Amino acid sequence: MNASEKISQARPEWPAKDGASLVPYWVFQREDVAEVEREKLFNGPIWNFLTLEVELENVGDFVAVHVGETPVIVTRGENGELNAFENRCAHRGSLLALEDRGNVKDFTCVYHAWRHSLEGDLVGIAFKRGIKKKGGIADGFDMSKHGPRKMRVEVHEGLVFGSFDPNVENLKDYLGEEIAQRITRVLGGRKPVILGNYIQVLPNNWKLYVENTKDSYHASILHTFFTTFELNKLSQKGGILVSEKGGHHASYSSVDPAEENGKDTYKQQKIRSDSDLSLSDMTLLENFREFGDDTTLQILSVFPNFVLQQIQNSIAVRTILPNGTDSMHLKWTYVGFEEDTPKQRKIRLKQSNLIGPGGYVSMEDGCIGGFVRRGTVGAPDDSAVLAMGGYDIKTSDDRITEAAIRGFWTEYRAKTGL
Amino acid sequence: MSDLTKLRDLTSLIAMVQGRYVHTIDDGDCHEWPEFFVDDCFYKIISADNYARNMEAGLMWMDSKAMLRDRILSLLEANVYERHSYRHILGQPFITSVEGDELESETSFMVARITREGPTDLFATGRYIDRYRVIGDDAKIITRIVVLDSSHIDTLLGFPL
Repeated sequence: MNASEKISQARPEWPAKDGASLVPYWVFQREDVAEVEREKLFNGPIWNFLTLEVELENVGDFVAVHVGETPVIVTRGENGELNAFENRCAHRGSLLALEDRGNVKDFTCVYHAWRHSLEGDLVGIAFKRGIKKKGGIADGFDMSKHGPRKMRVEVHEGLVFGSFDPNVENLKDYLGEEIAQRITRVLGGRKPVILGNYIQVLPNNWKLYVENTKDSYHASILHTFFTTFELNKLSQKGGILVSEKGGHHASYSSVDPAEENGKDTYKQQKIRSDSDLSLSDMTLLENFREFGDDTTLQILSVFPNFVLQQIQNSIAVRTILPNGTDSMHLKWTYVGFEEDTPKQRKIRLKQSNLIGPGGYVSMEDGCIGGFVRRGTVGAPDDSAVLAMGGYDIKTSDDRITEAAIRGFWTEYRAKTGL
Repeated sequence: MSDLTKLRDLTSLIAMVQGRYVHTIDDGDCHEWPEFFVDDCFYKIISADNYARNMEAGLMWMDSKAMLRDRILSLLEANVYERHSYRHILGQPFITSVEGDELESETSFMVARITREGPTDLFATGRYIDRYRVIGDDAKIITRIVVLDSSHIDTLLGFPL
């Protein structure tokens, strides 16, 4: 390789000085960007969503999850506290947990039976003293200096978050008051029941799905089902909240009968969404008043990769996990509540047809990122343009804006230095 | 008629019905898919893990023939995805119980997906857990639980399995 080839392979500069009006396609394609993300994001001063606390009710309960691409075990420890640590033996690096969930006394590695406590401490070494005074661990070996990396763990409304950076700010400060309150609105004061778990494997970089969740502009254009049945039109009352540093957002809408005069807007724009499609079984759209407000839809994200979704009475949490540069895992957890009446539960189950890998208003998101990946293969140095709603990252009372996507990139750039 | 003869007849009836079922989805007119069900049917797609843990939700959860019709209508008229087709390969139905004119059966399946003119990819494997009602020379599905062996779904799940 000659010098000029080396230069052309070096990571290019971000094309825009203003933060996020232009997003270069190489940021979705380059392995060296994924390396930076591993170091500065997933191992850096951010909070990663791990699991719902309801999965860890008893001492010894554990779930195996991922933080970025790193396998992690989350446990309820001996003292009743939550712990999270790498799913990696202190000795030679094998996975410790080989099931996704369960209840255990400790984690004993299958390879050489090195034993780790529920808190992630190395507490036992097989044949530590050898046999008949022969073999055994080296003199002076200090078990307390060996062990999988531990995370800080904090909980908000039953959502368990973890960080590999011990100096990360408190979860409450990280979320900020408005986002924390909007999580409380959905989950506060009641005990969730997990109704289903799925992993959707998407053929695109994880950040393309993050952009999609923050993109209130696309919702009623790409997802025709929504608009056809008037679940969500941009002409509905609603808005978008972007956190101060940009990384979190909440997009919301509510039915506003006074807005009915806006119903011709879609016809005027010649958008595919306007049709005369009608359902035979309207029970799909039955709902019940759950939140003490008129908000029928709230999509909330926490930087960098957590989503809490309320679409009518369909509640789900999603985690967006990288899987190399060109693939990702979208982890869905469908949620109900212990207090649900049978009728309310049935409404949630029926509405679950709207969401998930086969959801009427979500299936398009499964393929759109792949279309972008394939469309941009030959254009690493070109950029996506984010000019809807201007160039700022401000909260607004309309949703025809890309402010939340710009917000994500603004915080992403601040955290990664890209 | 001996029990064995009766079971053999029912097995071949269910195999015939299921042969038409996959033809309808893979090669026929999928508008006709709901016609394999009774009016107050139940159809759900769930993973084996979620099924074993008695999870209630499904990737599809429909409790009427009208909802099945809506699924097809939405797929053909509203939803956006890259053109694709399925190829179902079914095992022999295993009839697990017979009660009057109703029976329960399980059938293994493999489904390949072909997107546009792209390669044939293995999309799903699993089993149908069914309850059928025998009506004359035909049988209609009362309940079909599609239990997917894996909880991983590639890209999206559009058409029914």
